[in-house]
Amino acid sequence: MLDKIIDTGKKSTRDGFGAGLAALGKTHPEVVALCADLIGSLKMQDFIDAHPERFFQVGIAEANMMGIAAGLATAGKIPFTGTFANFSTGRVYDQIRQSIAYSHKNVKVCASHAGLTLGEDGATHQILEDMGMMKMLPGFTVINPCDYHQTKAATIAIADHHGPVYLRFGRPGWPNFTAADQKFEIGKALLLNEGTDVSIFATGHMVWRAVEAAKQLAVEGISVELINIHTIKPLDEEAILASVSKTKCAVSAEEHQRNGGLGDSIAQVLTQHLPSPLEYVAVNDSFGESGKATELLDKYGLGVVDIVAAAKKAISRK
Amino acid sequence: MADIQKLKRVASQVRRDIIRQTHYCASGHPGGSLGCTDFFTALYFEIMDHDPSFNMDAKNEDVFFLSNGHISPVWYSILAHSGYFPVKELATFRNINSRLQGHPATHEGLPGIRVASGSLGQGPSVAIGVALAKKLNKDDKLVFALAGDGELQEGQIWEAAMFAAHHKVDNLILTVDWNGQQIDGPNDEVITLGDLPAKWESFGWEVMHLEDGNDMEAVVNTLNAAKAKTGNGKPIVILMKTEMGYGVDFMQGTHKWHGKAPNAEQTENALSQLEETLGDYPYPYQG
Repeated sequence: MLDKIIDTGKKSTRDGFGAGLAALGKTHPEVVALCADLIGSLKMQDFIDAHPERFFQVGIAEANMMGIAAGLATAGKIPFTGTFANFSTGRVYDQIRQSIAYSHKNVKVCASHAGLTLGEDGATHQILEDMGMMKMLPGFTVINPCDYHQTKAATIAIADHHGPVYLRFGRPGWPNFTAADQKFEIGKALLLNEGTDVSIFATGHMVWRAVEAAKQLAVEGISVELINIHTIKPLDEEAILASVSKTKCAVSAEEHQRNGGLGDSIAQVLTQHLPSPLEYVAVNDSFGESGKATELLDKYGLGVVDIVAAAKKAISRK
Repeated sequence: MADIQKLKRVASQVRRDIIRQTHYCASGHPGGSLGCTDFFTALYFEIMDHDPSFNMDAKNEDVFFLSNGHISPVWYSILAHSGYFPVKELATFRNINSRLQGHPATHEGLPGIRVASGSLGQGPSVAIGVALAKKLNKDDKLVFALAGDGELQEGQIWEAAMFAAHHKVDNLILTVDWNGQQIDGPNDEVITLGDLPAKWESFGWEVMHLEDGNDMEAVVNTLNAAKAKTGNGKPIVILMKTEMGYGVDFMQGTHKWHGKAPNAEQTENALSQLEETLGDYPYPYQG
């Protein structure tokens, strides 16, 4: 299966969001969009050109944006908010918590430039705590798609989901390897490769790196079961347990702090049902810094080499 | 022509409900609730075209958002007397398993509430969202909101103010409960609001003054005048002067009753000053 996974050309996940939003503009008349002075960065122009009356520029005022989205949702619209991930979460956490999560509003918080791969703007903007923050809110669905095609499909899928969603994606061009016509199922883990020695659960940009790691491990005779967890919450616990029952050890890989992200979610499941060795590939409680996307990932422990090492370590702990 | 006497009778009962709700659970916010009773009464019983059978999307009806959610007692009483839910349910205020949460919430499905509030500064934004949807839907009904004066210290209020003016959200009427008080003292001692009318004017709003928000006739007249100003390209703000604790002599003229419930003796005293007009709900809750 691994040899069928091929990079068809780099495109950014944020472009996938823009394409998905534009598609929704045609099919879902109740979809509206809001942006906090970052239309270009969020790739929202296509939607805006086609449906200018359904777009609201809120300026650099993200708290107001979240409240307005809650109001639009109350009145039956399906609002998609757009800004950087750090501004979509920490900055407006109470607004999201009270006006959206607790009030169960059908708002889609679409968060771009997440993680280290935001690059040169540096740590003030490189949010690494967002998946943790958002998964802790009751009722929120948290999705981190792996490439352009998956982000487009996810964007479209969440419009038909009833309830608040946090959709997280990134800035850089990134290998695009999933199917253009995929049907995105919220909450369903995707098996990319069947294996027996170790389960690698990856999310977002790290899925491609996990593919590369799995290919390297295969050469060394290590059989990796590779699973794409695009939905951090609700977590596909069944798929995780089924895989680890077989392989007996696991690795999690995410562009996020080791605290509170995918690794911790998986640990919670394993601890309760199937205590097994789990190795984390995540940022080790550090802020980021300016740099290029790939060199940053490598510097902060999110390299292919790190996934390979984690897999071997997990296996050794069996 | 509004029946001012009828509205005053409703307000008197609502004030009794506020005292009793907060007393029985020994918590809650009577001061601001009493101060805004006349406003709520006028809004729900005279001004707004609203449907107590309650549709969350408020399509084709006027809609109200309470941003300073701590004055839930007055809102709950008004909603109950308007027919949104049984008056007797007021006896469950702040109890466990109740729909009448300490601060308004949608979580338990209490009819009349469309968003949670309590953490300040958020209501005007939500109100704007509904107002925008009404424009998209070609729904010419209005959006009303109430915010506290201390609440205007929250930055999000001014984000909302800038947006509403820029985007000409002229189907929105925001009222500020300008009682001059907040938890730690008068606004001017905590963080002065400065020249409040000038602030709103400079933010591009149509500013209206309601010098006595506890004069029912003045409240009705001002709200009607505000309605007449909608649709002219500017959002409207009513700076409504009220007295915290209005209707209960020992609660007036002080900020002490912002979040303090009256004890048995104080409750008896307060109720002796307020005519029972629509019937006190039984306590404890019978079901």
